[in-house]
Amino acid sequence: MSVQYKVVHCNINGRAVERTVDVRASLTDMLRNDYSLTAVKKGCEVGECGACTVLIDGETFNSCIYLAIWAEGKHIVTLEGLISPEGELSDIQQAFIEETAIQCGFCTPGFLLTAKEILDADRMFTDDELRKMLSGHLCRCTGYENIFRAVKKTMYRRQGKEIDF
Amino acid sequence: MRKVGQSVARVDAFDKAAGRTKYYEDRMPANALYVRIKHAEKAHAFVKSIDTSAASAIDGVVKVLTCFDVPDIPFPTAGHPWSMDPGHQDVADRLLLNRHVRYFGDDIAVVIAENEVAANQGVRALQVEYEELPFVLDVQKAMEEGAPQLHERFPGNVLKHTDLRRGNYAEAIKEPGLIKVEKWYDTPTVQHCHIENFGCFAYEENGRIVVVTSTQIPHIVRRVVGQALGRPWGDIEIIKPYIGGGFGNKQDVLYEPLCAWCSTQVGGRCVRVDCSREETFVSNRVRHAIRFHITTWLRKEGTIAARKVECYSNQGAYASHGHSIAAKCMGSFGQHYPCDHLELDSWTVFTNRPAAGAMRGYGMPQASFADESNIEDCAAALGMDPYKFRMMNVMPKDFHDAFSGNTNYFDSFRLCLEKGAAYIDYERKKKEFAGDTGPVRRGIGMATFWYNTAVYPISLETSSNRMLLNLDGTVTFQCGETEIGQGADTAYAQMVAEAVGLSSYKDVRVKSCQDTDITPTGLGAYASRQTYVAGFAIRQTADLLRGKILASAAARKELTAEDLDVVDSCVVLKSDGSPVITLSELAMTAQYDPVHSEHITAESTYTIRSNAYSFGCTFAEVEVDIPMCKVKIVNMVNVHDCGSLINPALAAAQVHGGMSMAIGFGLSEQLLFDEKTGKPLNNNLLDYKLSTFMDHPHLEAQFIENPEPTSPFGTKALGEPPTCSGAPALRNAIYNATGVAIDRNPINPHVLYEEFSRAGLIRDAWKEET
Repeated sequence: MSVQYKVVHCNINGRAVERTVDVRASLTDMLRNDYSLTAVKKGCEVGECGACTVLIDGETFNSCIYLAIWAEGKHIVTLEGLISPEGELSDIQQAFIEETAIQCGFCTPGFLLTAKEILDADRMFTDDELRKMLSGHLCRCTGYENIFRAVKKTMYRRQGKEIDF
Repeated sequence: MRKVGQSVARVDAFDKAAGRTKYYEDRMPANALYVRIKHAEKAHAFVKSIDTSAASAIDGVVKVLTCFDVPDIPFPTAGHPWSMDPGHQDVADRLLLNRHVRYFGDDIAVVIAENEVAANQGVRALQVEYEELPFVLDVQKAMEEGAPQLHERFPGNVLKHTDLRRGNYAEAIKEPGLIKVEKWYDTPTVQHCHIENFGCFAYEENGRIVVVTSTQIPHIVRRVVGQALGRPWGDIEIIKPYIGGGFGNKQDVLYEPLCAWCSTQVGGRCVRVDCSREETFVSNRVRHAIRFHITTWLRKEGTIAARKVECYSNQGAYASHGHSIAAKCMGSFGQHYPCDHLELDSWTVFTNRPAAGAMRGYGMPQASFADESNIEDCAAALGMDPYKFRMMNVMPKDFHDAFSGNTNYFDSFRLCLEKGAAYIDYERKKKEFAGDTGPVRRGIGMATFWYNTAVYPISLETSSNRMLLNLDGTVTFQCGETEIGQGADTAYAQMVAEAVGLSSYKDVRVKSCQDTDITPTGLGAYASRQTYVAGFAIRQTADLLRGKILASAAARKELTAEDLDVVDSCVVLKSDGSPVITLSELAMTAQYDPVHSEHITAESTYTIRSNAYSFGCTFAEVEVDIPMCKVKIVNMVNVHDCGSLINPALAAAQVHGGMSMAIGFGLSEQLLFDEKTGKPLNNNLLDYKLSTFMDHPHLEAQFIENPEPTSPFGTKALGEPPTCSGAPALRNAIYNATGVAIDRNPINPHVLYEEFSRAGLIRDAWKEET
């Protein structure tokens, strides 16, 4: 069987890049194998667990069920893109540490990117809305409790408020 | 300030938040060959032949190996310490690839290829001819005469039967006026569902085999790979990087031996085995489904006269952890609600299902579901309040178990129950909810559990570690008790800082990655043992290191070591606390001494010969929508006495995760099999209902901190305990809400529909018309 390749041009974490990829490759494969962005995690590879979540033009997608070639011309952000060039964590990453929302760390990258999408909406959501928006991610360590606290706390802070749990 | 007892941030939190943490697949050499496994598509069969010609012809396929090629060396897989007594060694019952297929998904061949696509195509191209055999999925049916037989060595499919007798049950039940509560309880097959699937890679280096693997038990994996390949154990080096959860599945040796062997079959090239989610569900390990038959004899005043419990544990196809789980499960009954006359029996039985192994709780979630359901049913039979019935009968203060040596020093059960009842406002809500008669009814329920810490006296309990004083006065720490997400490394850093006398836990460099060539031998992450057992060895090695630090400081400063102490990373005079030399100055002076250069280090092994009871309870408040057959959890609290907390925030996080797993066990999770073929039906995260963000209320974690007398840090088990009592608490809350006692889990809408129909709470008008 002949393998077809295609050049994909896109912007990853603020940098314009291009690479020739197997047309059958998923975006997960491309980000991990071609760009060494290993924060993109594989938990099911069929869009069930959310570990491979990335932002494509500001919107979250399961990169495992998104073909690499569809990334042509897109702006992609992985967890590696959230840290500042000086190595400073973003507010939501810091909140995950403060609220003990990280255990094994495998679902963490995906959750952080969905949290970023929620927080970038720059508005307050109800608890139920937050839970629903975060429900595309599975976690077996945390019971979601502290992840919820970290996201809610950061949402409040971005609105200039503090929350006391 | 004390370093333990503080809610400090995890030592690995920054990297995990930044996405820099490397798991096995993130360390994969680019040229690794893909090993993909052909899983049998029969529940029970002999492989007659495998035609590999089409697979071998695929471009990119390097080698095809089948069950006809593997060495004839049966090996065990349980993550148990080795025993020098052959009678206590684990059952060696599988080969690298098996001609005798014992479950739908058994490993029968591998295709090794340059890329993943070719490897998968190769697997699909294999032509397998089977001689089909009758199969059996159910424990009781497997025990019947004439049932299909799985292992020649175990006629009747019984891996093991054990019993425990106390008093005289047969006589005791003749006491006049006793009330008998006899019931069956059923728990399901569930899976660990760590988000990182199992995987590993292996290669040869200077004639030895290196395996990098997602495991909880690197030192045990080394031994089993050596056994399975017939190689000296020193020929094997296991490297354990960060892992994406384990929960007991990775406390089994999974595909490391197969991966290592495959490397040897392709000239030592690097090969990788990566389980898909679907494979992880079926071809790794699952939790034992255990069926219980409980008969409890009650006196009218609310005491238990006698009890008989039978546990039937579904082992699946291979022994793995085997009877250890059912034995632990059975053992819980005699201690949880002690009574004078007991007959306990447990059977572990082979069936043609995926092999069951260790899973968080190791038999106790099953025991707790059955025991706490039955206790609830007993209270109901007596017309007693279930809280009061538990307070009357649960393990009393000073209860001592002669076998483990454990003592209930503080009456922890009652303290936990009181705290839980207060949080959930039990008395008030119970009265308020009793009036609910509409379609949506509220209920409140509770359950308790106890758990051992570590595995003494059943198996060896040992921990070794190494401390190196660095030139900046920090301490590098290594041990074999692994970080698997629970936060062990952070607890170690806190304990080492405390025991050595460092200014901060940040002055401890915990080497999270175990390498069996370098890391002192430890048994790994299981049995909720790490903090407890590592604590003994940390205290001992810290004392050795402090001794060397003080001797070196004393010699250099012409003082007496006995007059010195280490406080906040500085050697000080005991008398007035005045500084003598900082650890960093001392380390530099000692290291670069032109005459007596010295790297101050210490290493030791501690053999633990004690155990400790860990206790707790769950209270749950639910709303049951009867016509919709839906349960909403409104409120849930776990209260634990796991001794003194090393890190309260991490402890609470551990409890949340356990409660979540218990919610899944109680209400939604179940691996299903086709009765006609034995094929698993829902081995994916869409059809297997793991609880999501939407299925949880706020999870409340509370603690009673009674310092454990046997532990240098006053600590005991917390890893597994949070998952033990949630499911029966939910069951009892549903019972309280609806009056329907459901004796199987998960209590999902399908089960509720059946049970509510039977109870006459709902009726199907359509069915009645036709």
